[in-house]
Amino acid sequence: MAASIRTLALKVLSDSTRNIHHVSRCRIRHLCCRARIAGCRGYSDSTEGRSTHFGFQTVPEEEKAEKVYKVFESVAKKYDVMNDAMSLGIHRLWKDTLLHIMNPQPGLRLLDTAGGTGDISFRFLEYTRSMYDRQQRLKAKSHQTPSWQDIANHYVSDEAGCPQSRAVVCDINKEMLKVGKQRAEKAGITTGLSWVVGDAEELPFDDDQFDIYTIAFGIRNVTHIEQALQEAFRVLKPGGRFMCLEFSKVTNPLLARLYDAYSFQMIPVLGEVIAGDWKSYQYLVESIRKFPDQETFKEMIEDAGFFCVQYFNLTGGIVAIHSGFKL
Amino acid sequence: MRGLSGAFLSCFKISRGYYCRRSYGVLTGQQYSSSGSKQCDGRLYPSHIPTSSVQKAVLALGSGVAALTNPYRHDMVAVLGETTGHQALNKLRDRMRNDSEGYTILIERPRIRLSTLDLTRMSALPDGTLGREYLSFLEENRVTPDSRADVKFVDNEELAYVMQRYREVHDLLHTLLNMPTNMLGEVVVKLFEAAQTGLPMCVLGATLGPLRLSVSRLQLLVQSLGPWALRNGGHARCVLSIFYERRWEQNLDELRHELNIEPPPVNLIPSSKNTSSNS
Repeated sequence: MAASIRTLALKVLSDSTRNIHHVSRCRIRHLCCRARIAGCRGYSDSTEGRSTHFGFQTVPEEEKAEKVYKVFESVAKKYDVMNDAMSLGIHRLWKDTLLHIMNPQPGLRLLDTAGGTGDISFRFLEYTRSMYDRQQRLKAKSHQTPSWQDIANHYVSDEAGCPQSRAVVCDINKEMLKVGKQRAEKAGITTGLSWVVGDAEELPFDDDQFDIYTIAFGIRNVTHIEQALQEAFRVLKPGGRFMCLEFSKVTNPLLARLYDAYSFQMIPVLGEVIAGDWKSYQYLVESIRKFPDQETFKEMIEDAGFFCVQYFNLTGGIVAIHSGFKL
Repeated sequence: MRGLSGAFLSCFKISRGYYCRRSYGVLTGQQYSSSGSKQCDGRLYPSHIPTSSVQKAVLALGSGVAALTNPYRHDMVAVLGETTGHQALNKLRDRMRNDSEGYTILIERPRIRLSTLDLTRMSALPDGTLGREYLSFLEENRVTPDSRADVKFVDNEELAYVMQRYREVHDLLHTLLNMPTNMLGEVVVKLFEAAQTGLPMCVLGATLGPLRLSVSRLQLLVQSLGPWALRNGGHARCVLSIFYERRWEQNLDELRHELNIEPPPVNLIPSSKNTSSNS
């Protein structure tokens, strides 16, 4: 469970809740266990009451953000270790794939929401730097026999320097940002990175600021996903790209069973042994089940105003990357 | 081939249904029929986390490894005790039931916590009483009875209480046996507990603990303290059956005599308040 999960804030989505229920009810027809849960739980959030889901529990909206905050506060220190243990290191491949699909050019501004310990931002900076190096090498190769004019131009452009890619890591949880900062220091990344405490439902940035907005394993912890999507739309420049890496629904039934067995049996146990916290990891696996599936989420992104929305399934649907453009 | 895959899938269905009931916590009415009230998610007591046998096995293994590699992970020692101690806890509970005072404890379920102890009264007690010595022990070693983790993985409410009582009585055992909280003292207490309770975690701690001792201490352990602890653990009265909360005023030596515990052969706590005879 590579969840650079985030605690983002608070309100119930009326539409999305209905969508989630619709999706969940569809799943129930296929899986008898879920039917039992529906019976027991009674879906109180379909009423006008201000309650939402926290894993499989139902909690008042105002409490969800606080509970999610506490979860991440307690897991922050062992977060990266647990990610590796739970996903057997595969979360690194997922994040690399996100960067490959993003294919960022040097000089862009990235907003890494729910960035937590900074995995995506570090990869972004490294990718753009190596991309820049590669571009310089190609340029040098094509300039094997430059004319005097070319050489003069080359000197001028070199003085301008490499276009600096900048990544802003935004997270609601201070503990996660602290861990991220320590990682950055250890990795020796000093320039191009900033750390901001902020709520995905209410970003502390002006409109039209960023070229790319990413949220990796964070959006399912947001209380009002639609609001987070609208904020994403707001802070992106026209032509900007929204990218979301999140756990999603597995289509293959056999894989789904294996995945469920592993999630519910092993992950909380791993959480207890490695991080000493069963309940947080129980919440994490439950929150994955409550998140809408690929198609529903795609529709939600389209509703927020994004165009050319598409998704890519990774590892059989365990994880999906959704992408959309602001035009 | 089809039969095999069918069997495979049905096996998954069963295990999925099982863990669905367990982990999703849906009340099916089939589990925990012996216990009385239970919450909708299958929990028998507030800190209870229902687990399947597979999960318990992995927990036992993982916590064992974690506790051995990092001895400061007291929570892992606790988890190891809970996941491996079912049989021993049953025996302990039966032993407590057969003792009149132990039976009272099982009914009344006292808890040793700072909030339940009357510290002013206890510190006013004369030296040599259980209450006073216990308080001095807590102060000198800078420990508190509230630092014991809650029981999580025991699937029986009464046994969970027995486990919790065992944890809370541990510090009192230090006082009774007059053992400090350094490695040697802990190993001696673990030996006593292993002999008395038979909890696998105690046995493991008692066998692996000495590996971390220095040679001189190891000698001390093997020659005098170890045999003394084992012998006393065997013939002492069950320490969980004592209602310590009502015996604070009792003289410590008298209590030791009542419990059939000989005074320790070596005095590891050099304190003027120490009333036990020693060599």
